[in-house]
Amino acid sequence: MAISPPENRIWWNEPVARGELVWVVIAFLWGLVMFFMMVYWHINGEQNLSTEVYRIEPDKFAEKTEAFTEKYTVREEADIPVAKPPPGSDVYMLSRLWEWWPILELKKGETYRLHLSSVDWQHGFSLQPVNLNIQVHPGLDHVVTLTPTETGEFSVVCNEFCGVGHHTMVGRIHVVDK
Amino acid sequence: MAIAEAETGVIGGIAAKFRTCPATGLKIDLAAEKLIKVNAIAAVVFLLVGGVFGLLVALTRWPAVHLLSADMFYLVLTAHGLDVLLLWIIFFEMAVLYFASAVLLNCRLAGPKIAWLGFILMVVGGVITNIAVLQGESSVMFTSYVPMKASPNFYLGIILFAVGALLGCFVFLGTLVIAKEEKTYEGSIPLVTFGALTACIIAIFTIASGAIILVPTWLWSLGYISHIDTLMYKLVWWAMGHSSQQINVSAQVAIWYAIIAITVGAKPLSEKVSRTAFLMYILFLQLACAHHLLVEPGLSAEWKVFNTSYAMYLAVLGSLIHGMTVPGAIEAAQHKNGFVNGVFEWLRKAPWGNPAFAGMFLSLVLFGFLGGISGVVLGTEQINLLLHNTLYVPGHFHATVVAGTTLAFMALTYLVLPLIFQREVIWPTLAKWQPYLFAAGVAGISLFMMGAGTLGVSRRHWDITFSDAAISFDYPAAAFLMMGLNGVSAILASIGGGLFVLIAVGSILFGKKVDASNIVQALGPMPTKQVSPAVKEYGNAGTFHLPGTYILVGVFFISFVLYYFVNWKYVSELWPMG
Repeated sequence: MAISPPENRIWWNEPVARGELVWVVIAFLWGLVMFFMMVYWHINGEQNLSTEVYRIEPDKFAEKTEAFTEKYTVREEADIPVAKPPPGSDVYMLSRLWEWWPILELKKGETYRLHLSSVDWQHGFSLQPVNLNIQVHPGLDHVVTLTPTETGEFSVVCNEFCGVGHHTMVGRIHVVDK
Repeated sequence: MAIAEAETGVIGGIAAKFRTCPATGLKIDLAAEKLIKVNAIAAVVFLLVGGVFGLLVALTRWPAVHLLSADMFYLVLTAHGLDVLLLWIIFFEMAVLYFASAVLLNCRLAGPKIAWLGFILMVVGGVITNIAVLQGESSVMFTSYVPMKASPNFYLGIILFAVGALLGCFVFLGTLVIAKEEKTYEGSIPLVTFGALTACIIAIFTIASGAIILVPTWLWSLGYISHIDTLMYKLVWWAMGHSSQQINVSAQVAIWYAIIAITVGAKPLSEKVSRTAFLMYILFLQLACAHHLLVEPGLSAEWKVFNTSYAMYLAVLGSLIHGMTVPGAIEAAQHKNGFVNGVFEWLRKAPWGNPAFAGMFLSLVLFGFLGGISGVVLGTEQINLLLHNTLYVPGHFHATVVAGTTLAFMALTYLVLPLIFQREVIWPTLAKWQPYLFAAGVAGISLFMMGAGTLGVSRRHWDITFSDAAISFDYPAAAFLMMGLNGVSAILASIGGGLFVLIAVGSILFGKKVDASNIVQALGPMPTKQVSPAVKEYGNAGTFHLPGTYILVGVFFISFVLYYFVNWKYVSELWPMG
């Protein structure tokens, strides 16, 4: 029994039953399939997280975001500027206690270089209802190349706990037709 | 009165006080017995405290109830994680380590005084951290990601607790050495002890990782260090946080093997295969912190893909093997016990009325189907984009740590009460239903949280109606339904958990004393075992025909494959990104 020493002292030489062996082989092959799925998706899939990341001082990132917002603001919503950058350009969204800033207006089917960073604690960029979730760190400028495929009003919920106002931290991305 | 019967005798050449177990004939070192008792009691106390916090969390996340204020919610959620994930589980594991070494090896415990020192450090550390959290200055969640700062005592308490646990690990290893030197057993250590040794080795790695990150963080909170890198913190913290869950898996699988050995007389199909599977946990899980860093900036895709899988998921393979050999061992044993009709008579006529067996089997099924599959799906690099930091994550780990580990520990408790506390379980009828109630509640919690997470609902979030937010947003109505059902399930699980605490404490205080006359009956209903000499006919090369197990494993495998690819389908529908 499992609570007493093996009856056969040379247990490591005992043969393994067929059924057990077959299952070990199936399970092993399944592990390989799962590994290669990730590799395959990097080659043929369209949803892979960018690894383009730069170290940046939080102040510097805030400055860049402000310059970007000033340049492209088209209107305000709830006292937050709405920036409408040209397709293909560098787009900034800054996270801080407790907001995503500014609001963005993007065009469907166009690709943007979205810069994400925090000026204080860690935050979680959770794009809803698309359900796309990316961690945001202070000091790291993460450039995500993103192509919206549907129009509408999307929300950015913070899903990394960031203090007592965490649940009020919501941002907005509009996606419009060309 | 076992204590009165205690003999001063010789275990392996050195004087120790012991009693002889009436069920097994093993000599039980009274020092080890006492340590098992105090650790188990401390565990149950923290289970009660942490469980109440858990219920408060679930009731707050139930939108129709929304019990606590925001700051209380985050405080209670932090305390819930600490008390159940860390304190309940590790205290119980200390008891398991002492049981698997001193008791199973028929040996005296190495350095009982060191073990007591460890226990005291763990209690003091646990209390210090709890006080720090309850004072309200340390609502940083269990993970305490920098640069969010807790009060210094928050980190100090965890460090003291970890040092105490480390001492317990050394006592366990020391006991193995003594048992070998004093030849208290023949041949190799039992499989259950081997599993406990696996847990112990992983625990040492885990505690070392914890020290590497928590000591500097503690100094940082005191002002002696100016900066802790956020990404480095997470990488090292999860080398502790994830590995510590592997301690649980190893301990819980060892407990599965122990319970089926005691209740149905099962022995491993193959010692070699089962031990190799344990070994895989040590070799391939240690750096699984990658699972928590899959959508993090600053790490290469190659690093993520390799470290989340080690190219072939060998740790998952370890669990898949146990997932077959445990039911297989039960089937083989039940065949020997005379249940040979049809494909599933062995399972139908298993001792379902014995809470130890029922709890163990529910733990196995829920851990595999809910916890295991969801864990692999979560740990897939691209799929993590869909699920990171949503409620799917707590949904997954409640299936592993609560339905898997906690339920297995509860099941073992029903055997520990008569064997170590020498008390009959009071209220046997309630005890019979307890594992089912708890399992149903926890299965609900896990499934509904995973459902809500799939719909995008954030974890660690006080208000999914966003009523105070400047920008409004609503999760789908189905998500609200899921959160309500989660609340109902949490109530059910709390009743099951509360019942467990009542039965355990009640049995220790008021249970009828157990001696040679009633020990077998006190272990709960069991089939008539037809072990040796028949037992030699199965196991290893003699194991042949296990049709029921093959069917169960087949159903599991098909579910796994389908669910895995369904999630890839969801990934393919995300906005293209690179």
